[in-house]
Amino acid sequence: MSSKSQDVESLLGQKYRHGFVTDIESDSLPAGLDEDVVAAISQKKNEPQFLLDWRLKAYRHWLTMQEPTWAQVHYKPIDYQDISYYSAPRAPANAPKSLDEVDPKLLATYAKLGIPLHERARLAGVAVDAVFDSVSVATTFKDKLAKAGVIFCSFSDAVRDYPRLVERYLGTVVPAGDNFFAALNSAVFSDGSFVYVPPGVRCPMELSTYFRINAAKTGQFERTLIVAAEGASVSYLEGCTAPMRDENQLHAAVVELVALDNARIKYSTVQNWYPGDENGLGGIYNFVTKRGECRGRNSKISWTQVETGSAITWKYPSCVLKGENSVGEFYSVAVANNYQQADTGTKMIHIGRNTRSTIVSKGISAGHAENTYRGLVKILPSASGARNFTQCDSLLMGPKCAAHTFPYMEVKNPTATVEHEASTSKIGEDQLFYCLQRGISAEDAVNMIVSGFCKVVFKELPMEFAVEAQNLLSVSLEGAVG
Amino acid sequence: MLLKISDLHARVAGKDILRGVNLEVRAGEVHAIMGPNGSGKSTLAQVLAGREDYEVTGGTVTFEGRDLLTLPAEERARAGLFLGFQYPVEIPGVNNVYLLKAALNAKRKAAGEPEVDAYEFLTLIRQKMKFMQMSESFLTRGVNEGFSGGEKKRNEVLQMLVLEPKLAILDETDSGLDIDALKVVSAGVNSLRDPTRAVVLVTHYQRLLDYIVPDRVHVLSGGRILKSGDKSLALELEARGYDGVLGAQVA
Repeated sequence: MSSKSQDVESLLGQKYRHGFVTDIESDSLPAGLDEDVVAAISQKKNEPQFLLDWRLKAYRHWLTMQEPTWAQVHYKPIDYQDISYYSAPRAPANAPKSLDEVDPKLLATYAKLGIPLHERARLAGVAVDAVFDSVSVATTFKDKLAKAGVIFCSFSDAVRDYPRLVERYLGTVVPAGDNFFAALNSAVFSDGSFVYVPPGVRCPMELSTYFRINAAKTGQFERTLIVAAEGASVSYLEGCTAPMRDENQLHAAVVELVALDNARIKYSTVQNWYPGDENGLGGIYNFVTKRGECRGRNSKISWTQVETGSAITWKYPSCVLKGENSVGEFYSVAVANNYQQADTGTKMIHIGRNTRSTIVSKGISAGHAENTYRGLVKILPSASGARNFTQCDSLLMGPKCAAHTFPYMEVKNPTATVEHEASTSKIGEDQLFYCLQRGISAEDAVNMIVSGFCKVVFKELPMEFAVEAQNLLSVSLEGAVG
Repeated sequence: MLLKISDLHARVAGKDILRGVNLEVRAGEVHAIMGPNGSGKSTLAQVLAGREDYEVTGGTVTFEGRDLLTLPAEERARAGLFLGFQYPVEIPGVNNVYLLKAALNAKRKAAGEPEVDAYEFLTLIRQKMKFMQMSESFLTRGVNEGFSGGEKKRNEVLQMLVLEPKLAILDETDSGLDIDALKVVSAGVNSLRDPTRAVVLVTHYQRLLDYIVPDRVHVLSGGRILKSGDKSLALELEARGYDGVLGAQVA
């Protein structure tokens, strides 16, 4: 091959940058799962009875369920008895009350990840909740948010401090027995984030959670619940990383969003869990259930995701559009390189009148990867005047990867309008050569072409994260075109 | 000597296309390469620009005395070799101006110059666009995205004017242009003519040469330059056809 290809090949040397392990003492439950483990998790967190009951109900239901096999992903069976369901950094008897009390090693870990809880977060005006293995370690900006009446805290704190709010909304969007992985999460979830924005309040800053899996042989099962009351609005971003390990690790999260009348929730994800090495060894199994309910009139929920990590991604952030005139949006960039497998998409369930949804999905496959878009647009008989627009584009880099598109549509109201556009293209040698001939390096050219392809999605991300997403994309795809 | 091609052989997909091309281009000159379909004109342009699918099997090419064939495509471009594409490709979502700025900065970086100032760049590009009679909307559109054939060719010439190459190879830049667009494109090319630069026009039609008057005209056929002359050769080709001019020489 020529020199250009070699240059590009050499870029493949770029390794996953978040693959370090933090040497920190942790308090873990032994591997295995039964009712005692569920009860032990609940007890460790001093949970009220309703939550223990809810967990146990979910666990018993989970036992009756089968792991789903319909996704376009292949993996060895997961041994659910070989996973530790709880791991927390060992802290003094009392949990840290402020950032100053947080283990400096943990803070250093987050700094390495580019999430300094101290200054940079403050500069950026972003409130960060950081979840390390199973436990939330620090939430910044609590005071400023409290002044605005916004509750942003770890899920555990919410259970302790706002049990009524939790009881009222928990499981109302993703029921405990919703699906195999959601049921597992409901039984064993250990922490996550909780947000409540009271009526009429526009959350004064971006909220953000960083999830980090550190301990070996643990699963991460966090749960996020965001409620925007009447007329409230909030923008929330989550980021995810994990160390490089040869064995696969399970991540099964649940996110529930509730938007009441005239409320808006914007939920953005930059998912960069460890994807495994270039031969497909190791990596995170990411089985996530995300769903938002536009419960009120004129409410809006918008999902934006940039999925570059994980060995397997199984994820369909969805919107249930109940309220009249409510709006659901899904903007996605999913990248699969090497042996990564992604099966991701969305569900838009139109129930209310004049509900609208937009789906824009950009799938990029490189190496030996499999990338699948799977989406459902369902218009119920009650959804007169509902509208959907779907656009799915796939970009293939190299001859060994694959892209699949499974758009499902169920339209039960004759006044509804549903549009679907799809395209598959190869990153052209022509496009690449055109850029090279203008003096632009192969690396810059690929970045340029790919980010052009993803532009409509990136512009939906909060400004400060759009840049991060773009960088992540270029790292994920380095060397993918030769 | 700006460009010196000696006994150049090249093949694509296992087929020999160039079979001993010799050509010398001095700074300040405009050369036209004409020839029947399949004679190797576009192959010559692509080989000079460094396209990988074309395998050079023999001969040498020097550009300002440097061995051109050992340089990767992007370095040839930065050294001042520009190819105006016959079919400029669309790159959706990549801003036209962004690409051009990246190209200019890549060239400046290679020359050890600082990146272009954003304001200066915008002023420069606005002026060149006006000259090429392009509307401001081209600033924000994707590279060649949804452009008509004529708009794509104007965009190629716009890029050339901004990058100010030492050697511009224009591969059928006149094809698909109406007469007004042809005049604009020709004016663009002519504005670049100066004693330090050269232009190689690959074309089927004598029409273009009414607007861009060449110093030399070459007839490429069967992978070799079979005949060279001045402007009158193009007129002769127009009148008598390739067979008439080349006669028995055509392989």
